[in-house]
Amino acid sequence: MSGLVVEGIEVRAGGRALVAGASFAAPAGGMTALLGPNGAGKSTLLGAVLGQRRIVAGSVAFDGVDLRALRPADRARLCAFVEQTAVTAERLTVRDVAMLGRVPFQGTWQSAPSATDDAVVSACLDDLGMTAFSSRLYHTLSGGEQQRVQMARALAQEPKLLLLDEPTSHLDIEAQLLTLDLLRRRARAGSTVVLALHDLNLAARYCDRLVAMKSGRIVADGPPAAVLTPALLLEVYGVHATILTVPGSDLPLVVYDRADSTFSPTKSG
Amino acid sequence: MARSSRLTAYLALWGLLLVSVVAAVVFGPADIAPLDAWTAIFHHLGLVAENPLPLMRDSIIWDLRLPRVLSALGMGAALALAGTVMQVMTRNPLADPYLLGLSSGAALGAVLFLLAGAALLMPIGAFLGSLGALALALSVAHLLGGATPSRAILAGICIAALASAATSLLIFWSATGGSYREILSWLMGSLGGAGWADTGMVALGLLLCAPVILASGRGLDAFAFGDDAAASLGIDIVRLRWTLLAATALLTGVMVAIGGAIGFVGLVVPHAVRLVVGSRHRLLLPMSMLVGAIFMLWTDTAARTLFDPRELPVGIVTALIGAPAFLLILLRYRRIT
Repeated sequence: MSGLVVEGIEVRAGGRALVAGASFAAPAGGMTALLGPNGAGKSTLLGAVLGQRRIVAGSVAFDGVDLRALRPADRARLCAFVEQTAVTAERLTVRDVAMLGRVPFQGTWQSAPSATDDAVVSACLDDLGMTAFSSRLYHTLSGGEQQRVQMARALAQEPKLLLLDEPTSHLDIEAQLLTLDLLRRRARAGSTVVLALHDLNLAARYCDRLVAMKSGRIVADGPPAAVLTPALLLEVYGVHATILTVPGSDLPLVVYDRADSTFSPTKSG
Repeated sequence: MARSSRLTAYLALWGLLLVSVVAAVVFGPADIAPLDAWTAIFHHLGLVAENPLPLMRDSIIWDLRLPRVLSALGMGAALALAGTVMQVMTRNPLADPYLLGLSSGAALGAVLFLLAGAALLMPIGAFLGSLGALALALSVAHLLGGATPSRAILAGICIAALASAATSLLIFWSATGGSYREILSWLMGSLGGAGWADTGMVALGLLLCAPVILASGRGLDAFAFGDDAAASLGIDIVRLRWTLLAATALLTGVMVAIGGAIGFVGLVVPHAVRLVVGSRHRLLLPMSMLVGAIFMLWTDTAARTLFDPRELPVGIVTALIGAPAFLLILLRYRRIT
């Protein structure tokens, strides 16, 4: 099938399995969210897919090609990654940072960006509403602004596979919608998007497929309505959840509370 | 920087460098007119057939001052280039070309050779010492679990301290007045007596190493957000790191062998240039070389003329100018960030 297929991946560190036998598929044209509490192994799994983490077992294929066996430059033209936070001590403008996305396309002795590079970077900055920030220094921006610049950089790689680690963690609510909207449009245009997310309602609203992880294992995998059940959310996060429906639609709306909460507007007493 | 202003900056710096070479040749105890300097240089380059200058005067220009000026220039370019690379690769703004114990190792090697009675082979001792220290530092880093920036720095500090202690011990036990002065002058860095052979060595070092480093501008850019980010942009980080470390060490080793541990050029120049042109290495690397060349050329001229007939080790001048300049740069950084 076209898209990302991960099979039986195992990553170990310090004698402990951070990811144990994880298998899932993220179809092309769709958005797949990785859910799970802190330390569940979401970031590690993304790192393993990218080839940044050594795996002791398993395989990663994208459109039938072993991602980890590709030369780094070829992989970078196929697949882009957005880290949760990216800081630098270098003096780079917003445009300089977005232009890093064109590194895989540039020659060793090429001293200036090509016309294509310039056009792609301008379009990507525009998509993320960062054009007005182009000449600002990256390290002076807020966390959310930096996240948007990193996303512009990733899109400038024109990737067929886009991996993002909590891309909305620093964004305000409007920017979260703008970003996820943008990612979904990319997916609908044929890209494969895989992202780690904490917001269950955003995941339900924007993603076609949810993969829930706990302690390095995948415990559920399917469309939002099938994964977001009170039983699963209790198992994965240890919360008591109520699944409502967004008025006027069939989207699930998750309301949750700690299992042992002494203060709860959703519980009587 | 826009394309046109980039070109202007290159032209201005190249022009300044050319003018500086001739001006520096003119400076010195023996009076030389700028026109004489041009005539002598052009004559030896075969561009002017007639040479009306007296032999003595011609020799001062061609045999004494020009090789010294060119050595200083090349050394400045090399140290600024090496410093820029070290700062990016270790992600440490305090990094300089000597970070991984290169200068301390070189000092130990030089002093060993000097005390063994092989004063003429001191540059070779320095070169071997610097490479030895680097190899040791990287092996220690490797033992600690891989040559990541922080481990390499810690290992470098350890090796540098050890080599410095050994050098001090050697000097303490065995150096007599004359050799002590020679060692001291070498430790502080000096281009006194640099001739065409030295110029040739500096040029060879640059020709071998600079192209490798200049070709890595793209990769160094990608390092801005760390190793993983660089890898996800398609950079083979292990290969790039080892290539650059080898090129930088070789380059620094040659420079230390010829001029001693001249400080501050490799620390201050990259920061000053970065402040103006930003961190895009395809621009920063060549610009740093040009500015380093001009800076070193003038500090060396000051070193040999200020207290004429006595000559200052140029390392003292670069530190005297470099330390306050570094402070100014830090203040400026604070204001605009």
